[in-house]
Amino acid sequence: MSPQPVSTLKGFGVTFRQILKKPITQQYPEERRPLYPRFRGRHRLWKHDNGLEKCVGCSLCAAACPADCIRVVAAENTPDNRVSAGERYARIYEINMSRCIFCGYCELACPFDAITLGNEFEISEHNRDDQIYTKDMLLAEPMKKIPIADPAIFDTPIPYYKSDS
Amino acid sequence: MEPWWISLIKAAIIVNLVMVMFAYLTWLERKGLGRLQNRYGPNRAGPFGLLQPIADLVKLVRKEAFAPSSAIDAPYILAPIVSMFTALAAFSVIPWGSGWKIYHWHVTGEVVNVPISLLLIFALGSIGIYGFIVGGWASESKFSLLGSMRTCAQLVSYEVSLALSVLGVVILGRSLSLVDIVHRQGTTLPFVVPQFVGLLVFFFAGIAETSRAPFDLPEAEQELVAGYHTEYSGMRWGLFQTAEYINLITLSGLMVTLFFSGWHGPWHLGPIWFLLKLLGCLFVFIWLRATLPRLRYDQLMRFGWKVLLPVATVNALVTAIVVAAT
Repeated sequence: MSPQPVSTLKGFGVTFRQILKKPITQQYPEERRPLYPRFRGRHRLWKHDNGLEKCVGCSLCAAACPADCIRVVAAENTPDNRVSAGERYARIYEINMSRCIFCGYCELACPFDAITLGNEFEISEHNRDDQIYTKDMLLAEPMKKIPIADPAIFDTPIPYYKSDS
Repeated sequence: MEPWWISLIKAAIIVNLVMVMFAYLTWLERKGLGRLQNRYGPNRAGPFGLLQPIADLVKLVRKEAFAPSSAIDAPYILAPIVSMFTALAAFSVIPWGSGWKIYHWHVTGEVVNVPISLLLIFALGSIGIYGFIVGGWASESKFSLLGSMRTCAQLVSYEVSLALSVLGVVILGRSLSLVDIVHRQGTTLPFVVPQFVGLLVFFFAGIAETSRAPFDLPEAEQELVAGYHTEYSGMRWGLFQTAEYINLITLSGLMVTLFFSGWHGPWHLGPIWFLLKLLGCLFVFIWLRATLPRLRYDQLMRFGWKVLLPVATVNALVTAIVVAAT
């Protein structure tokens, strides 16, 4: 511990040395870090391999949603209009992304793995109405491809709080 | 003696030069602070962010200047103008060079050569404080009033030490005119050698006087409401900010003139030496801001009255005795 004025002058040396280093800032839009594999981003609805939707319109996701941002209106499947694999299908399936808190409870609640949270996070819009995602938008492939970190390194089967302690 | 219109042209040049210097001082400060803190600083507007000051100006001018409905209009609007005017006017007596012979007129290196220019600068600085206190008071807001009281207490305390610290230079230079002081430093050593204590006191008091870190209590942005300019927005706020930065440039110019022999230097480069020395001083101010944390208010007052003032007084006394003895 050096006396006060000397350590103050040392501080000047410390700050001046930083000029010679390269800044650690990441220039975001040009330079993107890979996301963690379990990052929860924009939702995605899935289809079976035969083209039928996995969602059967049970509204369990809407019930589980703490932000109340999912709206499901179900309708009966008929032989000439078969949309999903179950008895009923989601005639309307909307998620209000401006309300969604990306907690992932909807994907936990879903009995058929019809809804999952993807990795896309750049979903800002100029208009609030554009934040309401309809079923068609959620069924489509996401337009943006987000780099994901290597799951073998980061998506470990044993959670860190169990393996480390 | 030069005709009056040459002074007018010189005044126009100096005002514009100082404004440009202010604009790019903000750029230098943000960029320098960034690099000192391992960041990039502004780098989006133009190459190296060089157009950032212009973008900031356009944004400030276009922004609506809100005024509280209970504000007292005339002083509320006049306050930033007064501080801006005094900040700019103080620069008129600082010499930039030895003078040039252009056509058949002899053009001096400063706008006006006032025999009491040092007093004039301190007088203008004191009037500038009115801008701060009146601006805070006329906003009719308790936060602004408290902020302006805080500012004034600090500025008035440190003004004493600032004026006393240059007394040694005045005794050595045997003049209150900045032009004469610079000329005398050309014949002898720069006054930083015999007046090193004076320089230190001037430097510390100057930081407090321009309310910069670590003495930036008038606007302790992380801890308090902004201070006297809480109720100002748009270009009125911009004028206060401009005044603060121009005060910093003036103070650095004064420091160069009084202690580092102004425009003197090898090869007779004149204004270029002045600008280089000015830039060095400004960088030290930025460096200081990146390094030291803010003082507490009681520490600030104790440092001003119990350390700087006695040191400045003793320095002036010793200089007077030494000059009188030799």
